[in-house]
Amino acid sequence: MTTKIASQEMKSLHFNPRKPAMTTGDRVVGAVSHTALSIWSLIVILPLLWTFMSSFKTSSEIFASPFALPSQWRFDNYVRAWTEAGIGSYFLNSVIVVGSALVIVMVLGAMCAYVLARYVFFGSKAIYYLMLAGLTFPIFLAMVPLFFVMRNIGLLNTLPGLILVYVGFALPFTVFFLFSFFKSLPHEITEAAALDGAGEWRTFFQVMLPMAKPGLASVAIFNFLGLWNQFLIPVAINAAGPRVLSQGLAAFAGQMGYAVDFGALFAAVTVTVVPVLIVYIIFQRQLQGSVSQGTSK
Amino acid sequence: MTLVKAKTLRNGDGASAVVVPDTAPSVYKRRRKPLTFDKISFFVVFLGVPLTIYILFVIWPFIQAFGYSLTDWSGFSPKQNFIGLQNYQKLFTDDIFMKAMGNNILLVIFLPIITIILSLVLATLVTVGGSSKGQIKGLRNSSFYRVVSFFPYTIPAIAIGIMWGQIYDPSGGLLNGILTSLGMDQFKSYAWLGDKNTAMIATMFVIVWGFIGFYMVLFVAGIKGIPAELFEAARIDGAGRFRTAVSITIPLIRDNIQTAYIYMGILALDAFVYMAALNSGGGPDNSTLVMSQQLFFTAFTKGQFGLASAMGVVLAVATLIFSGLVFLVNRLTGGDKDVSL
Repeated sequence: MTTKIASQEMKSLHFNPRKPAMTTGDRVVGAVSHTALSIWSLIVILPLLWTFMSSFKTSSEIFASPFALPSQWRFDNYVRAWTEAGIGSYFLNSVIVVGSALVIVMVLGAMCAYVLARYVFFGSKAIYYLMLAGLTFPIFLAMVPLFFVMRNIGLLNTLPGLILVYVGFALPFTVFFLFSFFKSLPHEITEAAALDGAGEWRTFFQVMLPMAKPGLASVAIFNFLGLWNQFLIPVAINAAGPRVLSQGLAAFAGQMGYAVDFGALFAAVTVTVVPVLIVYIIFQRQLQGSVSQGTSK
Repeated sequence: MTLVKAKTLRNGDGASAVVVPDTAPSVYKRRRKPLTFDKISFFVVFLGVPLTIYILFVIWPFIQAFGYSLTDWSGFSPKQNFIGLQNYQKLFTDDIFMKAMGNNILLVIFLPIITIILSLVLATLVTVGGSSKGQIKGLRNSSFYRVVSFFPYTIPAIAIGIMWGQIYDPSGGLLNGILTSLGMDQFKSYAWLGDKNTAMIATMFVIVWGFIGFYMVLFVAGIKGIPAELFEAARIDGAGRFRTAVSITIPLIRDNIQTAYIYMGILALDAFVYMAALNSGGGPDNSTLVMSQQLFFTAFTKGQFGLASAMGVVLAVATLIFSGLVFLVNRLTGGDKDVSL
């Protein structure tokens, strides 16, 4: 994917000797387009920059002027957010929960999608539609009963409980995406593996799974973003448990009304935003590729 | 589990699998393979484990919700009286819930259309905004815009909500700061989220901000999938940029637009995170209250689990009706004609 795009760009840059002249209309359209897109980029970047800048200010500085740079680049907002507000431990909880759920859902989703895509058996269609139902109904419908399911099995307000529920709700999307992916892999390969003496387990883990890597990467990215941003599930079934980041951030902002520490709030938001943003900027080529894969296949 | 037909699978445990007569493949397909431990354990684990988790934590609660919605259960008491459709009756005569539903309908009407039009415009500018001579190409440096546009999608919704809550802040916020520095002093301490005339619009803006980039990238991918010859042919036929966008681009990425419309609509019917972050109490005069907020409050603060489940069912039905409508409209306006390539 990446190399393909790169080579196309190379081609249009170097091997296209005819450089057509720009007409006046082109220039106008180009200018208007660049203006529109620049304004949009500004609308995206400005709030983020402002948040970042404010995270170094004291509350009184924030209220004095929204634009002024902080008088000095102090990090005590971050220290307070990280320790006193507990953003540090929330962050760790999020990493644990999202990391475990992601690994589990990728393995289980790939297994389930593989069986559904490669074998025809009684009930396979029914399972497929069951997955579709999970994608169609809003999570809100399940919230109340889920609360009691979790309480009854003793996993309410625990991180393992949260992980299992994350896995459950991320499963249908994972299975759907990988279903079409496994379906498109050639059958000859399974046959070759079988002839070479590989059992079902080995065929899956040593032959099919490595072949599905591009598909797995795409789903993993989307699952990661979806789970990292998840808010409703933790506030509903983990309200009194160890908080994850999104939940902790909301709680921190909620109590802000009483004890105004805006600097620390901005610092907490920055801590939430920046790691994912950096990961995105590093992997943005793959991600843009995944979006196109997810929609065109 | 035992009904597995080894359709194209020849596993190496029986010699017979190797000597399959080429003349009768259908006979071979019908023959059942001996069930080995490898195969049984494979199916038990590969289907059993994911399905158990999925049914226990997703499907079973969904089913239970319908049952609970017909009871007056308050959750922590053991008694659960069947009261038929009374909960639903209560909901549809409850002014606050109807107000919340109205707000959701407002969101469903405006959010998808605004988001999709804006992201479609941006995607078109990025992909075909380049020179009208020679090769069809996008704007120069367009990848910068694409990367930046996607930023909001990587930010947790709750962080977006909190951030914009501060931007809208009457006294220290960025927005009023910009407006007053531009000379509009009437906004000096205007509470965007505290005035019922602007609370909903301000909230919608935040959600649109969060999603334009994602759909823009999605549409860019769709447009890039269209062969360049089609654009060239349209150009030779004398179609201008606008005409090309309306007659070539939009019909060819129609499926993407439909998907985007449904996703955005489902989001508008939920919208819980944004509302909770921007105006957790439902806003001035309940002007930003949505059904999901009311559900959460009814269930986890008031403990009326039967009633809350009924709200969940209403929300689910609304989602299904919405998706059905989008499919229907797309079909009636000619979306079933196969224009894909």
